[in-house]
Amino acid sequence: MINQNVIIAEGLTKIFGNFVAVDHISFEVAKGEIFGFLGANGAGKTTAMRMLCGLSTPSSGKATVAGFDLFKDTEQIKKSIGYMSQKFSLYEDLTIRENIQFYGGIYGLSKKQIQEKTTYLVEHLHLQNYQNSLVKSLPLGWKQKLAFSVAIVHDPAIVFLDEPTGGVDPVTRREFWELIYDASERGITVFVTTHYMDEAEYCNRVSIMVDGRIEALDTPQNLKKTFNSLSMDEVFLKLARKAVRGE
Amino acid sequence: MSVLKYLLQKEFRQIFRDPSILKIIFIMPALQLIIIPLAADYEVRNINLSIADHDHSVYTQQMIQKIKSSGYFKLVNYSSTFQEAFTSIESDKADIVLEIPANFEQNIVREDHASLFIAVNAVNGMKANLGASYLQNIILNYNNQIRTKWIQFPPIPPQTNIKVSVSNWFNPMMSYKYFMVPAVLATLLTLLGTFLTALNIVREKEIGTIEQINVTPVKKYHFILGKLIPFWILGLAVLTIGFLIMRFGYQIHPVGNMLIVYLFASLYLLVILGLGLLISTYADTQQQAMLISFFLLMIFIMLGGLFTSIDSMPDWVQKLTWLNPVSYFIEVIRMVVLKGSGLSDIKNHIFVIIGFAIFLNSWAVWNYKKTT
Repeated sequence: MINQNVIIAEGLTKIFGNFVAVDHISFEVAKGEIFGFLGANGAGKTTAMRMLCGLSTPSSGKATVAGFDLFKDTEQIKKSIGYMSQKFSLYEDLTIRENIQFYGGIYGLSKKQIQEKTTYLVEHLHLQNYQNSLVKSLPLGWKQKLAFSVAIVHDPAIVFLDEPTGGVDPVTRREFWELIYDASERGITVFVTTHYMDEAEYCNRVSIMVDGRIEALDTPQNLKKTFNSLSMDEVFLKLARKAVRGE
Repeated sequence: MSVLKYLLQKEFRQIFRDPSILKIIFIMPALQLIIIPLAADYEVRNINLSIADHDHSVYTQQMIQKIKSSGYFKLVNYSSTFQEAFTSIESDKADIVLEIPANFEQNIVREDHASLFIAVNAVNGMKANLGASYLQNIILNYNNQIRTKWIQFPPIPPQTNIKVSVSNWFNPMMSYKYFMVPAVLATLLTLLGTFLTALNIVREKEIGTIEQINVTPVKKYHFILGKLIPFWILGLAVLTIGFLIMRFGYQIHPVGNMLIVYLFASLYLLVILGLGLLISTYADTQQQAMLISFFLLMIFIMLGGLFTSIDSMPDWVQKLTWLNPVSYFIEVIRMVVLKGSGLSDIKNHIFVIIGFAIFLNSWAVWNYKKTT
C-alpha cells in the first residue's frame, strides 16, 4: 500500500465560543498501530476523538480517516470506524445476543455474518452462560469487554476507544488489553485514550495533550529518554503540570 | 431496508421488555377514557338553593315544591330574611338565593303581577349562570300554570305566546357522553403519542446510546422511521381499545364509518409523533422534553374544542386554532361518530393534516443532527 497512514490530521482545531478546546493538532497514525492518546482531564482528548469519528465538525484544519476526507465523506468514515465512548453505550435492556445482533445489523452485516460473529464473540469472551442475560446484569469489566467487541463487530479499519478501562479492575484491564492486541494483530488500528500510565507503555506510540495541543509524540521508549524519566508516569507529570487550564 | 428492520426489532424488544411502559400505553388511557367523560359533564346538578320567603303562602309553597322536584336544586336554607339567606352564600353553602317578597300571592291574584329576586354566587360562573336560567325557566313555567288556572276561558288570549320547540340534531338526547367520549379519546391519543416519542429519543440521548448510533452509518431517516413506526402501531392499538370502550362501555354506536376515523387517525398520529420527534431534537434531557411537550399540549388541548366550543372563542383565537392539529382530529372524530360524515366531508381536514405531518416530520429530520 502506498499510504500506510490511516489517520492524518493537520492543524485540527475545535473552538466552542471563546474556548479553544483543540488547538491545531497534527499527527499521523499508521495502519495496525496502537496509538495512545494521553492528556489530563479537560486537555481536549475526547473532543479531538469526537471530531475524528465524525460526531463533531472541526472548526478548522484538515484530516483524513481511513482514507476519507473528514469534511466531505463523514458517512463513509462511519462505515470504516468503530467507537467506544466514555459512557457505556450498549442497550442495557437488551441481552448480549440482541446487542450484537442489533449493532451487526445496523452496520449492514448479513444474517449469516451476524450469526457467526455472535457465536465467536460469546465464546471468545466466555459468555456462553450469559448470552441471553440482559446487559445491565453484567459486571462493569464484562460490559466494557463486550462493548469493545461490539465496537469492532464490523471489522472496521480503525477503532476509537475513549477511556475504555476507567473503573475496571487490574485483571480485567489486562484481559481488555489482550483484546486490543488481538484486534491490532487483525490489522485494526487502535486509537485509545487512557489515564493509566501502565497502559501507555503497551502502546506503540503515545501522544500527550496539554491544554488542547499535542506537547509530545513518540514511542514510550523515546519519550522516557527525551524527558529523562524512568517511567511514563514521570513523563506525563512533567508535561501535564505545565497545564494552565483546569478541568 | 434491512437496517430499518434491525432498528424496529430493537425498538419493539425494548417496548415489550418494559412492563411499566406497556401499562402506561394501554391501561392508563383506558382508565382515563372510563373516568373523564363521567366527570366532564356540562350539565349542572346539585345547585344549592337558599330561599328567603317573606310571604309564607300556599303559592310560594307550591312554587318551592316545583323547584325542588325539578331535580336540579337542593334546598339548603329556608329562612324569612334576606340577610340570613345571604349569609349562606357568603359561607359558600348556597349558590343561589331566591327572595320571595311579602304579598307575593296577593299581588299575583289581584294585580296579576309579582316580582321575585334572584341573587347568584358568581364565583363558579358556569354553575351560577346555568342555575339562574334553570330557576327562571321553572318559575316561568309555574307562572303559566297559574295563568291558565285563573284565566280559564278568555274570550281573546290576553297575550300571544310564541312557542319555540327545539330539536337537537345528531345528538337528540343532548347526552354529553356522545360529545365528550370521542373528543377525550382524541386528546388521550395526542398526549400519549407526543410524550412517548419525545421521551423515548431523549432517553437515548441521556443514556448515550444515540451517540453510538450517530457514529454508525445509519441514515437519519432510517433512525426516525425506526422510532415512528413502532409508536404509530401502538397508537392505532390504543385507538382500537378506545373504540371498544366507546362502543361497549358507553354504548355509543358511531353513525359514520369507523374506517374513516382510522384513516384519519393514522395520518393524525404521524403529525403527533412528528411533534414528539421535533421536541426530542431540541431537548437534551427528559425534563426539558416533558416541559416543552406539556406547554405545547396544554395550548393544543385547551384550544382544541374539547371543553369549550371553538366557535365561541374570540376571532383571533379561532384563527390560531387553524394551526392546532388537535382541533382537526376532535372535529373529525365528532363528525364521523355523531353525524356520520363521509370522506368527502372531511377531505379538507385530511389535506391539512397531511400538510402538518410532512411539515413537522421534515423539520424533525432536518433538525436531527448526527454531527454537532
